Amino acid sequence: MSVKLLYFAWVRERVGKGEEIVDPPAGVATVADLMTWLAGRGEEYAFAFESPKFIRAAIDRTHVRASAPIAGAKEVAFFPPMTGG
Amino acid sequence: MPATVRLQSADFDVGAETALLARGRTDVGAVVAFMGICRGDEAGVPVAAMTLEHYPGMAEAEIARHVAEAEARWPLLGATIIHRHGRLLPGDNIVLVVTAASHRGDAFAAAEFLMDYLKTRAPFWKKVERPDGASWVDAKSTDDAAADRWAERRPAAE
Repeated sequence: MSVKLLYFAWVRERVGKGEEIVDPPAGVATVADLMTWLAGRGEEYAFAFESPKFIRAAIDRTHVRASAPIAGAKEVAFFPPMTGG
Repeated sequence: MPATVRLQSADFDVGAETALLARGRTDVGAVVAFMGICRGDEAGVPVAAMTLEHYPGMAEAEIARHVAEAEARWPLLGATIIHRHGRLLPGDNIVLVVTAASHRGDAFAAAEFLMDYLKTRAPFWKKVERPDGASWVDAKSTDDAAADRWAERRPAAE
C-alpha cells in the first residue's frame, strides 16, 4: 500500500526532505508502526524518529494518535507539537 | 455566520477586517479583535526574525473546524482568522482573530477559545533566529493547559 508522507519543521529538517511516497510492508498497521519502520530506513530517519512521543501525526489532514490505523490513508504527516498563533 | 479563514504571507489590516464584520448590520453589538505580534526577544534573548512554517491544506481545514466549534458554542455573528506564514520581523503581525456577536461576553470567549486552539492544534511551527543561531520554538505546556480549559467546559452531552 503506497502512501504519501509529509514532514514538517524539525522532522522535515532531520529527514532531509518535505515529502515522499513510501510502500511500507504488511504488518505496518498503525502510525506508531510506521514511525518504527521509518526509523529503520537510515541514519536521518533514525534521528528524526528517535523520540516518537515528541512527534505528532495527521492522517489525511486530521490529527490522529499514534495508535491510529493507517489503512486507507492517502497522506500521513509527521511534525513536532504545534507552535503557531 | 460569515466566517473567513486566510493564510497568507502578506500583512493584514485589523481596522479593515473588523469593519467588514459589522458593516451594514445592526445586530452586531460587540467585535473583539486579537492580534499576535512578533516579539523582539524570547526569554530575554534577542530575536532577529521568526519563520512560520505551516501544513498547507490542513491548516485551513483545522482552523475551519475550530471556527465551526466556536459557532456551535457561542451565538456568533461573524468570525475572521488570518494567520501569516513565512519570515517575519519583530513588530510584524502574526495572527488576527476577530469575532462578532450581539454581546461582548460571547465575542470575548469565542476569540480566546479560537486563539487557545490555534496555538496548540493548528499546524504551524515557529523557528526563531537568535544571535547563537536558529532554532525551532518548543511547544509550551501553558499553551496546552490554556486549550485544555475549554475541553473541561464542554457540555457533558457532547
